[in-house]
Amino acid sequence: MFLQQLVNGITIGSLYSLVALGLTMVYGIMRVLDIANAGAYVLGAYLGVWGYTHTHSLPVALLAGVIGAALVGYLFQRLIYTPVNRPDDPIVPLIASIGLFIVMEDLFRLIAGPWTLTFPARLPFQRLALGGVIVTGSQLTILATAAVLFLLLWLVLNKTKIGLGWQATAQDTETSMAMGINTRAVLAFAFGMGYAFSAIAGILVAVHHNAVFPTMGDIPSYKMLAIVVLGGLGNPLGAILASMLIGLLEAFVGGYVGSSIPTDALAFMALIVILLVRPQGLFTSGGAAK
Amino acid sequence: MNYWMVLLTTVGIWVLLALSLNIITGETGQPNIGHAAFFGIGAYAAAVAGTRYGVSFWGALVIAMLASAAIGGLLGLVSIRLRNDFLAITTIGLNFVVVAVFQTVPYFGGAMGIGGIKPPQLGGLSFGPLEFAIVSWVLVGLVVLLSYHLQRAWFGYALRAIRDDEAAVEAMGINVRRYKVLAFIIGAALAGLAGCVYAHFMTFISSTDFSFNVSVTILSMVVLGGRGSVLGVLLGGVLLGIAPEVFRFISNFRLLVFGGILVLVMRFSPSGLLGQGSWLRERFARLRGADLHGG
Repeated sequence: MFLQQLVNGITIGSLYSLVALGLTMVYGIMRVLDIANAGAYVLGAYLGVWGYTHTHSLPVALLAGVIGAALVGYLFQRLIYTPVNRPDDPIVPLIASIGLFIVMEDLFRLIAGPWTLTFPARLPFQRLALGGVIVTGSQLTILATAAVLFLLLWLVLNKTKIGLGWQATAQDTETSMAMGINTRAVLAFAFGMGYAFSAIAGILVAVHHNAVFPTMGDIPSYKMLAIVVLGGLGNPLGAILASMLIGLLEAFVGGYVGSSIPTDALAFMALIVILLVRPQGLFTSGGAAK
Repeated sequence: MNYWMVLLTTVGIWVLLALSLNIITGETGQPNIGHAAFFGIGAYAAAVAGTRYGVSFWGALVIAMLASAAIGGLLGLVSIRLRNDFLAITTIGLNFVVVAVFQTVPYFGGAMGIGGIKPPQLGGLSFGPLEFAIVSWVLVGLVVLLSYHLQRAWFGYALRAIRDDEAAVEAMGINVRRYKVLAFIIGAALAGLAGCVYAHFMTFISSTDFSFNVSVTILSMVVLGGRGSVLGVLLGGVLLGIAPEVFRFISNFRLLVFGGILVLVMRFSPSGLLGQGSWLRERFARLRGADLHGG
């Protein structure tokens, strides 16, 4: 039971972290809480289903989701977020992102229909039974994909010019610009990568539950906000840790306490409690408040 | 006749909510994206008081306002410790937690909600749609007066100065914290008032009536009208309040239109229709040759 919930929790946490990473990367350089990022999660799932039904190949499905979502992320950044972003009025981009998310969700419903599509993908992994613990094929796929993407993100952020540019911009945009960092490219990179990660999470969830529907982004959209704040906004490692924490919390409460406590509200309960004690978030070194 | 009275009451409740949020978000610039939580707390406090303890509508009004104000004060105390964007998320969180509590705690009726709320009595007269329409718009009138009074009194100046430059206000020796918490308490209490009217008007409430979507709708009204402008927010509340009726013929695209409005207003006119520096307000100012800023 304990080990089983541990596996379940880490699986949920891995999915959360893929979405949370995108949000936190955007926040890190733009100070925008991008709720519409969860729209990329749904977009990814739909593009994935579309790609899969045409080719019956999971890699193609992932590629379709990644390319489509990255493109949308780039367009949102250029057409909406950069023009509306003003550091003294953070509520403007936040409301714009809520609007974008509502529009996206409704477009999915109008284009693909309000019903639930199935996503019966053939997975690269078989069900694994280790002692009493069962790890399903889709769970293994999620864990493996997340591990690869974490590694990829770490390499990009630490070993490439654009990744180092992101880190510099996250610390100080003006100085970075003065030092010759192409902050426009960094912005495009953060949105493209963030939306692509979300899309992959959406596809994995769709495969895991064998379901794609227009409102599947509702709960992630707001839960991710709680997670990225817990992780200390703009801190990728913190986002991963906070995701795991919430994933495990949900799995254990769901497994041991049962459904008398609504698990989807847990992230926010944890958030409110922790913000009362540490107003700057769990994984920030302090001094972030301004 | 009844249809119009019901519509009038509904729009009146929306306008009350928008005006109450304006005191928090429009005047002091504290993002509150979970305002439906206070609406819900007021409605549930009124419903519980009425159905369990036989409190009349008028008593319930007071109880609803006190309950919402208490939670609003708590959130206000939290808010002064948080940066604006953290506060925004905390308010969203409060909304989700409040809905979850209503939905799961049996005392609040659980998933079944609370029904059988008796309509208000006044001198032997039991309230119908007409009376509700009158009461809700009288309350709107009172809240508009209160809003203007708050703006004119130096309380309002302090609040708007906080929105524009908090550090400078602090340096001038004004107790920023007190005003921020006060704004939260007043705004929450007024939302609780709207909740009490709503509960008695509907006679049945459930947790989904106060979901996050409702918060977004209230915020949209404030933003569309123009944050900080009483007249603008009134207009925003009326426009979006009747929108579901007007857009009925394209009801399939309602959310699309709604989200689109949010994006377009933020993109092209973030101060809304009548907010400070908005196109319309500048036009009026030019026409009258006067400076309307700050009104």
